[in-house]
Amino acid sequence: MSTPAIDARATASGRVPAAASLALLAALLVVFPYVASSYQTILLSYGLVMAIAAMALNLLLGYTGLLSFGHSVYFGAAAYGAAFVVKYLHVVSMEAFLAGGVLSGLVIAAAFGFICVRYTKIFFSILTLALSQVGWSLALKLFWVTGGTDGIRVPTPVLLGGVFGTPQDKVVFLAHRYYYYVLAVFAVCAVLMWRIVQSPFGKSLQAIRDNEVRAESIGIRVRRARWFAFVLSGMFTGIAGVLWAPLNGLATPDVLYWPFSGELVVMTVMGGFHSFSGPIVGAVAFNYLKSYAVGRTEYWQLLLGVVFVVLVLVLPDGIMGAWARLHRRMRKEG
Amino acid sequence: MPLLAAQGLRKSFGDTRAVDGVDFAIEPQRLISLVGSNGAGKTTLVNLITGLLPPDEGRIVFDGQDVTRLPVYGRIKAGIARSFQLVNLFDALTVLDNVRLAIFSRDNKINQVMRLAERDRAAEEEARGVIGEFGLADKWSVPASGLAQGERKLLDVAVAYALRPKLILLDEPTSGVGTREKSGIMDRVEAVVRSGGLSAVIVEHDMDIVFKYSDRIVMMHEGRVLAEGTPQEIIRDARVAAMLGRRDPERGG
Repeated sequence: MSTPAIDARATASGRVPAAASLALLAALLVVFPYVASSYQTILLSYGLVMAIAAMALNLLLGYTGLLSFGHSVYFGAAAYGAAFVVKYLHVVSMEAFLAGGVLSGLVIAAAFGFICVRYTKIFFSILTLALSQVGWSLALKLFWVTGGTDGIRVPTPVLLGGVFGTPQDKVVFLAHRYYYYVLAVFAVCAVLMWRIVQSPFGKSLQAIRDNEVRAESIGIRVRRARWFAFVLSGMFTGIAGVLWAPLNGLATPDVLYWPFSGELVVMTVMGGFHSFSGPIVGAVAFNYLKSYAVGRTEYWQLLLGVVFVVLVLVLPDGIMGAWARLHRRMRKEG
Repeated sequence: MPLLAAQGLRKSFGDTRAVDGVDFAIEPQRLISLVGSNGAGKTTLVNLITGLLPPDEGRIVFDGQDVTRLPVYGRIKAGIARSFQLVNLFDALTVLDNVRLAIFSRDNKINQVMRLAERDRAAEEEARGVIGEFGLADKWSVPASGLAQGERKLLDVAVAYALRPKLILLDEPTSGVGTREKSGIMDRVEAVVRSGGLSAVIVEHDMDIVFKYSDRIVMMHEGRVLAEGTPQEIIRDARVAAMLGRRDPERGG
């Protein structure tokens, strides 16, 4: 898919191959558990979860022009929200997790966003980072509520009221039923996000990103629109956090710590934040890359750092930006 | 009853009095030029009227409503729109989207989250109509950054016009374009303003343009209104002649 600006110029002829590619991709994702190992399927589930979070981050970064270094807090708050549903309400329904988690992400994003959108550029980024660390320190210090560094266990949840049953074997559950659950939620989130960025509201965010003064002078209430985008972004990140909790089995303070916010930014930039699909591709690619690096060397952070630096230097528009450029060149030559 | 009446407007930046006690009225369906040397306070006055700057003192009444403390979006709702001295567009968006956004904003559709912008046929038709009025019909799918300077100036005015204001303030709509192109731009602007029955305030340096298109001229100097009147009255005004110095006021020079 193309850049947010170029999206508006998508032609009918361009939509046919795009729809065919999407259908092929959807078919591949559906058959994936039958052709790949359980490990690979679970790994892809992680990738899809991160893709939701990266899409959410990109609503702010790519479409509104605000770089958040604090999205770990909405992801983590939602994971803890799911864990609290188990710990305090003794409910193991995935839908209850989603309700609790999304509400946590939404409420915190509404409060933090109200403060953060008063600023832009580096001031916005620093503020998001600082506020997210409040969440991390609370998770560490309020150990009688949060379990401290041990975190809170998140057991295998019941999906859709148990109509499809819940296998005893956790790996079987995660690699099949849960994979499809994650895939379905991902698909819904992607469609919703697509509609948001193509709506009048989404267009107004792009207008604010490009020219704040002009946006204001056509009557767009800039701060309010930024806040709304922030809340939506936090809410979608919360959905990702909830889906992540059963995969990980634990909600721990690590997921609220700033390096995880950095990882979300890396995924988004790596895939290309000027496109709708870039953060999705970046999140899945980063997840595979990280798993590969962790399994190969104890210096995996160094390896990831080098790969990221090389990618930024060689592909400044990210993977999807490079792909779009290559595609345009091939069409011109063809 | 004037469409807009500003009384005792003052605005200072540090020790500099940019606007110093200006009284200013705009009648309905009039094209008024605001002239004066650089630093005379023209753009600051425009910013005060459109709400981009709050006045230190004074009052602005528009269409019977006190708008002095209204924010920018409030004044747009009241019917005041503007273009900018330095072209101010959404460069990454297409010509169509630039105008369509103004229509969405005007119609309170800007907060629609789940409706695809492209599916709003009424907004698209209206946007295409506005683009056509400004002679940009064949450029609808071009990003604003891909337009020539004269076209960018026209689009800037078109975006303001799409808000369907009662008063449009155009800050140097012909700056940075060639002499021939200036008349082309002003002919279109005048046609749209007169046919739309709105009032326009045009900040302009080119006196040929000012005398040709204005119903009234307001000359500012050091933050104050130096002279005001029809083009004929302004040509004969001794203070204006002194301001223009050796330049022939009939030619503007």
